Amino acid sequence: MNRIGYFLLYVCLAAVALFQILPLIWLFLFSLKDNREIFAGSPFALPEQFRWENYAKVWDGGIGVYFFNSVWVTGAAIVLTVLFASMATFAITRMRWKLSGFVLGLFMVGLMIPIHSALIPLYSMFVSVNLIDNPLSLVITYTAYNLPITMMVLLGFYYTLPREVEEAAVIDGCSINRMFFQIILPMTAPVMATVVVINMIYNWNEYVFVNTFISSEEYKTLTVGIQNFIGQYMTDWGAIGATLIISVLPVIIAFIFFSNKVVEGISSSAVKG
Amino acid sequence: MNKVMSNKLFITLYIAPALLLVIVLVFIPLLLSGYYGLMEWDGIGDRTFIGLENYIAGIQDADFWSSAYHSFLLAVFSTLSLAIYLAVSFILASKIKGADLLRKIYLVPMLLSSVAIAQLWVKIYNPTNGILNTLLMNLGIERPPAWLANPDIVLFAIFIPILWQYAGFYILIYYAALKNIPESLIEAARIDGASPIQIALRIKLPLIKEVVSVTIVLAIVGSLKYFDLIWVMTGGGPNGASEVMASYMYKLAFVSYNFGYGSAIGFLLLIITLIATYIVRKLTATRDRIEY
Repeated sequence: MNRIGYFLLYVCLAAVALFQILPLIWLFLFSLKDNREIFAGSPFALPEQFRWENYAKVWDGGIGVYFFNSVWVTGAAIVLTVLFASMATFAITRMRWKLSGFVLGLFMVGLMIPIHSALIPLYSMFVSVNLIDNPLSLVITYTAYNLPITMMVLLGFYYTLPREVEEAAVIDGCSINRMFFQIILPMTAPVMATVVVINMIYNWNEYVFVNTFISSEEYKTLTVGIQNFIGQYMTDWGAIGATLIISVLPVIIAFIFFSNKVVEGISSSAVKG
Repeated sequence: MNKVMSNKLFITLYIAPALLLVIVLVFIPLLLSGYYGLMEWDGIGDRTFIGLENYIAGIQDADFWSSAYHSFLLAVFSTLSLAIYLAVSFILASKIKGADLLRKIYLVPMLLSSVAIAQLWVKIYNPTNGILNTLLMNLGIERPPAWLANPDIVLFAIFIPILWQYAGFYILIYYAALKNIPESLIEAARIDGASPIQIALRIKLPLIKEVVSVTIVLAIVGSLKYFDLIWVMTGGGPNGASEVMASYMYKLAFVSYNFGYGSAIGFLLLIITLIATYIVRKLTATRDRIEY
């Protein structure tokens, strides 16, 4: 490869990077401008003055409620998903029983389901048990629908754990519960970090279930909540920009800190499929 | 050891929470969807059994087939765009400095919610103040299109943010697969005088065939399920020009309260997705597993 060739390759890659990142830079810039500047100025000019009041306006407008709903629904579902998926993966990969392959197959079928096909029955189930317009419906639905992908990422790791660990534990007279919670689970910490981040991204961004099951403002999460906001601020682009930035910020921050985990999770979840 | 690890009680305890959740919230609703499809039902009142009427209506429903056609077009777009992602991945995997940082930059849109992406692109496409038309007008195009209001180009306009959203995801997968190829194989070809292009197409591509076939399944099945982005950007409009199967089903159920018919369409969506998955798997199946 000569130097000109390499230079051309870099130009290609840089062009793709620009395409991926420029829309977001534009969004951040106009979240700090007022309409006059947005409509008359150049799109990528820095704001004349950084109008943080756009953010203050949005926060005072009550986006905080949606934000904290997102936080706790996302968090609760992550805990349940990772715990149940770890337990099930442990039972399937480490314990010995006839149906383990069949049960694993059942979970993996769950990877190909179009959720919309289950939406109406889910809705009417929640109506009949009085869980409509209750965040609990979101937590258990997120957990159920993320179990297959979470188990898929965990599987590979569990297969590689050495058998000697369990043998030693059994010889020491360790119960299954102690073995799992005190020995196995801590050993899977690296892959747990991966599935936590992946689940966070999924849950934080989920829209259809919230839009279908939740009607009260007090329970809405960000994805649905920002829709109302953007409707209200119809012509106030700066406020709309601030709303969108607030809604994507936590995931971006998580990505900056745990980008390797996200990369790992995405690679392992697809390549093994 | 074996006795402890095959303790029926513990196996049941460990598998039960996950299995119950998936059975109750995933599998039973799917079956119920097929069953509700046999009913006349407005979601509130009683259900009346009407046999296969909804399904027959669905198969004869021009609006449904038009939405299925749009979903199919998106699946074609998505599959074709895999070629672009592959090309970028080949470049990225050719010993480029900073490849790790680049693939992370590419991944950023994948982190955002489809709702945020939709709202952002609605602004990008804004006919007078959006960044796209601002650029076009600066380039001297006097009357750039109203992207989302024009039924002829709306699907194409929706596809660009989809391309943008998933680029990092597929590039990451291909890159990981390419990095897995042993250097010795490539070295041998290079010594034999193969050009970089030949190496890419004749050696690397066949070696990652399995991963490519997985991504084709992902792209097609994913396209048949698209909803959030389209729902927020256009709501299926203008005039049904960007209606897809999932948005059509959603409207039937949660806008016009036609739960029976909506369930039937939802069930058809499931059947179509499963058939598509099966066909794509069959077509892209690699008969010989590659070992290296």
